[in-house]
Amino acid sequence: MEYRDGKENIALPDANVYWFSSAVGTTTDSSGNFTIPYRADLKKLIISSVGYRSDTILVNRPDLGNIILYPTVVLDEVIVEKQVAPLQKSLFKVQNVVSVDSREMLKAACCNLSESFETNPAVDVNISDAVLGAKQIQMLGLNSPYLLFTQENMPAIRGASQIFGLSFIPGSWIEGIQITKGAGGVLNGFESISGHINSELVKPIIDKRFFLNLYANNFERYEFNSRLNHNLTDNIGTGLYIHANLRNGNIENNGDSFLDTPLAKQINFMNRWQYLNPENGWVSYATIQYLNDSKEIGQLDFNIDTDKLTNNNWGSEVKTSRLDLSSKLGYVFPESPYQSFGFQTAYSNHSQDAFYGLNIYNINHSSFYSNFIFNSIIGSTQHKFKTGISLTHDSFDETVNSSNYYRDDNSIGAFFEYTYDNLEGLSFVAGLRADTHNNLGDFFTPRFHLRYSLWDKASLRASFGRGKRGANIFAENQQLFASSRQIIINPNGGNYYGLKPEKAWNYGISFMQKLYILNRVLDFSIDFYRTDFVDQVVVDWENPREISFYNLEGDSYSNSLQIDVNYEMLQDFHIRATYKHFDVVTDYNSGVLEKPLQPLSRFFVNLNYETLQRGGQQWRFDFTSNWLGKQRLPNTESNPVEFQLPPYSPSYMLINAQVTKVFSNKFEFYVGGENINNFTQNMPILSGNNPFGPYFDSTILYAPVLKGTYYVGFRYKI
Amino acid sequence: MRKSILVFFLILGASLSHAQDKNKTVTFEVKGNCGMCKSRIEKTAIKIAGVKFALWNVDTKEFKAIIDERKCSIDMVKKKIAGIGHDIKGYIAPLDVYNNLPACCQYRNPESIHMNHEKH
Repeated sequence: MEYRDGKENIALPDANVYWFSSAVGTTTDSSGNFTIPYRADLKKLIISSVGYRSDTILVNRPDLGNIILYPTVVLDEVIVEKQVAPLQKSLFKVQNVVSVDSREMLKAACCNLSESFETNPAVDVNISDAVLGAKQIQMLGLNSPYLLFTQENMPAIRGASQIFGLSFIPGSWIEGIQITKGAGGVLNGFESISGHINSELVKPIIDKRFFLNLYANNFERYEFNSRLNHNLTDNIGTGLYIHANLRNGNIENNGDSFLDTPLAKQINFMNRWQYLNPENGWVSYATIQYLNDSKEIGQLDFNIDTDKLTNNNWGSEVKTSRLDLSSKLGYVFPESPYQSFGFQTAYSNHSQDAFYGLNIYNINHSSFYSNFIFNSIIGSTQHKFKTGISLTHDSFDETVNSSNYYRDDNSIGAFFEYTYDNLEGLSFVAGLRADTHNNLGDFFTPRFHLRYSLWDKASLRASFGRGKRGANIFAENQQLFASSRQIIINPNGGNYYGLKPEKAWNYGISFMQKLYILNRVLDFSIDFYRTDFVDQVVVDWENPREISFYNLEGDSYSNSLQIDVNYEMLQDFHIRATYKHFDVVTDYNSGVLEKPLQPLSRFFVNLNYETLQRGGQQWRFDFTSNWLGKQRLPNTESNPVEFQLPPYSPSYMLINAQVTKVFSNKFEFYVGGENINNFTQNMPILSGNNPFGPYFDSTILYAPVLKGTYYVGFRYKI
Repeated sequence: MRKSILVFFLILGASLSHAQDKNKTVTFEVKGNCGMCKSRIEKTAIKIAGVKFALWNVDTKEFKAIIDERKCSIDMVKKKIAGIGHDIKGYIAPLDVYNNLPACCQYRNPESIHMNHEKH
């Protein structure tokens, strides 16, 4: 007895051989031979063996010779998988959260956190000004200071790092981002007003062992990213992450004598330790990050050694070094999986030395944060609560030309958050914090989120909440130094440069429906948010000779409407389309005006096509187009005619695209372009040829300075 | 005296071990098929006064709950779950309730596992 394997026959032991419709039988021996007493009455011999097709043989001679069995056709298990989209809006979360996973970061150059939002309609990316070229983000028509950024749920990118901080978190370190619109929760503090963006970094234990990425673009920007992870035991892992970038080419293409984009150098290290033990319930992280960043900007002829702080040539340098230490400790009670506590501490020191033309701006900001959170239930998991205590300390030491500003912020607060889920489609989260703060006073911060399932696959959400913060007017508006504007502060006895803190209520409502159209998922959502400032530090650009800061008298609000449609049009071909409308109005000293440099409406389309993976190989195509409606420009009527701008900017379109070729699960190569349609602002810098004159101003930027940026890069991971 | 203290502690220990547990973990098998079954089973369980936590594993069919024995009993939880159509050893679901389950949840029919379980 044998079976056939390819070309040779192999003996088949232990096959059953028996007479048809009888119990008389035998089995083959180890070399596949068998003998069986002959039964003339039965004639048919059945041969069977597990995994082979049974055979019936008519026995008409004593030696049957070689009998060959053929294997039964074994069908491999077919696994049907559907990948979740890299951008997820949940029907079930109480808060209006968009979750972005690391695959979304592969859709664009995504060199750092600020660029991670280019393909994401929930967040608007703008460029701060024509000189620094720092990418800033906005939500609900409000600038980033009104957003709370957290890194692994600990506040980050605040105070001194407000303008550049987003570029201090390399894209390749990010595992995922959660974007919450409107008031966030009470856990992370009282500062968030228009939204909360949390970024999760890669975790050493589950991250790839090794990752390498190199990037270069046509404006001589080079990037190096590498991650190295090692698991010491099953429970302890460590990772070393390195990022470096360099731009050493002088790019000046628009004839205003200024570099179109800064010369830059950054080196950025992170070392993480992770302990994870599911058996005893403990999890812990310890992270240290150090970065050193320098940017040199200004006129093409500027030589830092001879021209610094002189009016030979206008130039500027921003040098930053930053140290971050953080640790987290979490414990889940093994006997009660719904009960846990977490303790977070973070320390950071941000030191920036900068000059802009003849202006000096230095800031040193040390920050300490700690938060203790206890999670449990009341009666059952239908009623969950979180409670805890936060301690924060911030000290600021700023030099603005010849003035020094020192400030310490200390706060201690307690919070309680209750989550109810009736399991029938209604759930809400009600949170309250009480904080005592040396400069903000003693105050409560309420936050409330509700979700209700109207019908199948439809969610209605509503939220309201209040946020309060002190404005760091210089750090948040650093671009003002790259202009001849005079700084005016109208103090009214507050603790923040003589100004009172900012306070705002945020209300929102959103509706979301998932549908199956032609057997493919369509997400439709519409949301409306309103932010009402009770108190605000107004940043007034309306006099081109000045920038003034004063507390709001009257009204200031932001209304934002967003309509989203996501649909898989063809197999693996996805479209995201978003329309946004903003109405952001403030009572300025000079009258009621729309917020400057804020598009009234935006239209966003992202197309994504991925071929089927075959043997690890794949093509991915991405196309993003942003249409920005007209933006009100700050008033320039008192300037000479050649330095006057129209009341509104033109509307324009920005197009980005990227193609990725995946060669294997280890290696992929990508090539892409930003601003492919080459739309640039004409005259991004006013009076650039006379930067020490009264009309010099680089702050009025409504469109890119750089024409099409084309880049290539590869990623290698094992 | 010393003896009586020892006896006292022995009695106390014995009575404590028989005391009703505020956080008793109970696990048993519950028949079912899919995600719809999971939410039906878990919802029913968690709504019983005294059930703090309920989890049913679709793959292993294992049901785990943490209960406060002063307010409910394992017997009560089993009865309730069987009462909404899911068999448990020793507690058979009433036929009319079972028959009202969606076809894909009718786990007694071997074919049902291959049906389209929507909501997955």
